[in-house]
Amino acid sequence: MSHSNRTLQLDEEQRLLHFLTIDGLGKEILTEILDTSEGFTGVSERTIKKVPLCRGKVVANLFFENSTRTRTTFELAAKRLSADVLNLNISASAASKGETLLDTLHNLEAMHVDMFIVRHASSGAAHFIAQHADRGVGVINAGDGRHAHPTQAMLDMFTIRRHKGEFVGLRVAIVGDILHSRVARSQILALNSLGVSEVRVVAPRTLLPSDARSLGVHVYHDMEEGVRDVDVIIMLRLQKERMQGTLLPSEHEYFSLFGLTERRLALADSEAIVMHPGPINRGVEMDSKVADGAQSVILQQVSYGIAIRMAVISMVIGTQNLRMQEVAG
Amino acid sequence: MKKKKDISILGGRVIDPANGIDQLTDLHITGGKILCLGEAPNDFQPDYTIDAKDHIVCPGLIDLCANLREPGAEHKATIASETLAAASGGITTLCCTPDTYPVIDSPAVVGQIRHKARKAGFCRLLPQGALTQAMDGERLSEMAALKAAGCITVTNTYTPLANTLVQRRAMEYASTFDLLTVIRPEDQHLSNHGCVHEGKVADRMGLPGIPEAAETVAVARDLALAETTGAVIHFHALSSASAARTMAWAKREGRQVSADVAIHQLHLTELDIEGFDANFHVRPPLRNDSDRDGLREAVANNVIQAICSDHQPHEADAKSSPFPDTEPGISGLETLLPLTLKLVEQGVLDMSSAIARLTCGPADILGLPLGRLTPKYAADICIFNPHKRWQVASDKLLSAGKNSPFIGWEMPGRVTHTLLKGRLVYSEKG
Repeated sequence: MSHSNRTLQLDEEQRLLHFLTIDGLGKEILTEILDTSEGFTGVSERTIKKVPLCRGKVVANLFFENSTRTRTTFELAAKRLSADVLNLNISASAASKGETLLDTLHNLEAMHVDMFIVRHASSGAAHFIAQHADRGVGVINAGDGRHAHPTQAMLDMFTIRRHKGEFVGLRVAIVGDILHSRVARSQILALNSLGVSEVRVVAPRTLLPSDARSLGVHVYHDMEEGVRDVDVIIMLRLQKERMQGTLLPSEHEYFSLFGLTERRLALADSEAIVMHPGPINRGVEMDSKVADGAQSVILQQVSYGIAIRMAVISMVIGTQNLRMQEVAG
Repeated sequence: MKKKKDISILGGRVIDPANGIDQLTDLHITGGKILCLGEAPNDFQPDYTIDAKDHIVCPGLIDLCANLREPGAEHKATIASETLAAASGGITTLCCTPDTYPVIDSPAVVGQIRHKARKAGFCRLLPQGALTQAMDGERLSEMAALKAAGCITVTNTYTPLANTLVQRRAMEYASTFDLLTVIRPEDQHLSNHGCVHEGKVADRMGLPGIPEAAETVAVARDLALAETTGAVIHFHALSSASAARTMAWAKREGRQVSADVAIHQLHLTELDIEGFDANFHVRPPLRNDSDRDGLREAVANNVIQAICSDHQPHEADAKSSPFPDTEPGISGLETLLPLTLKLVEQGVLDMSSAIARLTCGPADILGLPLGRLTPKYAADICIFNPHKRWQVASDKLLSAGKNSPFIGWEMPGRVTHTLLKGRLVYSEKG
């Protein structure tokens, strides 16, 4: 997997062509994304919040699944790079008219789009689009099924690096619905690639993959044990429809066993940070006092999200520009 | 009607596992039937001869499961296109599945399919009837009428019967008419809309998994029902080593049960889905290497007596979507024999056993006088060059379905002649 993902995402000069998954990219590229993002964090604080890096480029937000937060941050990121942005909410248009994904893709290519930012309910959708898009069109995965959400994982890495300085020696606990979470899969790959000393997942067995250890994590079913002495706690969102039925008996029991409370947070390192990809179910995943408390960095994650997405978009567009110059001679 | 030609196939290595034959000899055909092996009677004057030097001559292959898409999905394939593809792969008898539109649950549909197959003339087509009407899993089909119309078995195909009582009654009713019940074992509650094997690869790729238990639970349930009802059952397309071990146990116990495996399960594993190539999307899913090895062992030990293609031709669009949204299935008629010969190369099977799994093995499961070169039996013959190597290419496949995960693979063994009831229905030279 790693090798095929590497060759799909990087060109022969190890430059980013697409950003589909953390898998196969390696520490150098991930660090380059983080470093590039550092340079973009200042842009949002300027009076004129724009840089001209992607002027004249067309970026299409291709969202087959509803999303407000991710789509908005991608849109802002592209606009701050001076790109033109098309927002396509496909679930409400083409798909309902029976148009296939490939038809939608080719129609947009006919409009000379330079980049697709894709969210889709099916795992592998971003790979599919990258494999079928015209050469020279970049694809960024904004979340595909349960598979990957690499920009979310990178903004989480960025947040961790800002607060902890470096990754080596860190212990990180990811709590909640690992089974259905593309965020968790990408986070685990990124954390291990960047060299943290331990990644833990904390969940009941119904919310874990069949062979969770093979992902490179330590598995805990007890929240107190799972968060003890960790430096970072990442809480995952629990979808409402999964709270009752065959995965979990009730919100109440879930919170009583796996909810992050002040008492449980006190078991972690005294300087531990608390993260959440949002939106939070208060009183289900975590207590409001923790979500709004001094150790919570949840709102910073959102603002860093724009810098990370600017970095990834500009790196992919940058690769396109360099390759065009090389062809031109 | 034209007189059937008298033919002599000369100098081939004749392999007829049912009769324990593996020797260099001649084979003579008269009136569409096997006349004899070895020296022909003095008065025998063949109309023509086939030089089979350096070739293997064996009974025509019998494929227990192929979906031919007609009626109802002719944009994927037709009876004519797929029976020709079958003939080019050395297959002379094909059992087609009832999941067509309309479903094969009435004599009219059976009649239509048989008529089309006769008109095409490439292959003996044996329709399988639906176990329940419209495959709804609730009301029994008119099995006596289906049998009278020519159905060879009754089956649930891809629609597992969720209600155990209906499954029991269906087995009992089928056994009333000595109809074999063919079961694709799957507990649909456990498969829960999965699209790949539940395991390491699914975990990493975030693809919804189908646990091995979806198969083993169904096998255990239906073995218990078969014991209760005394029905004879056949499990189609096993995918797990655990189910194969259960079959070995059932055989030791003397149960009246048989099983087959799709050839791709003996070569591919879950690792092949990495990269999200939808041509590897198949149901039951590709499992891990110990499953593949367990299935190979069961085939070698004759616990699994038949290898089938589980042919599922698709149009390109059916595979042009993100992996979970694509239709499962592999176009497999033309790679059935070469992939089985690959097992011989790899030392899994000896040549005679390999041919047995494709000829007398499936014939015995169906209880038909086919799959052997016994005198007076239908002269269904496959002649192939075992030394010829070729590369699978989509534009060379005769099947309308180009959805093969084996495109680009080098294959051993090329069919040169296929005879159906003594009539040449395919020859490599055209």
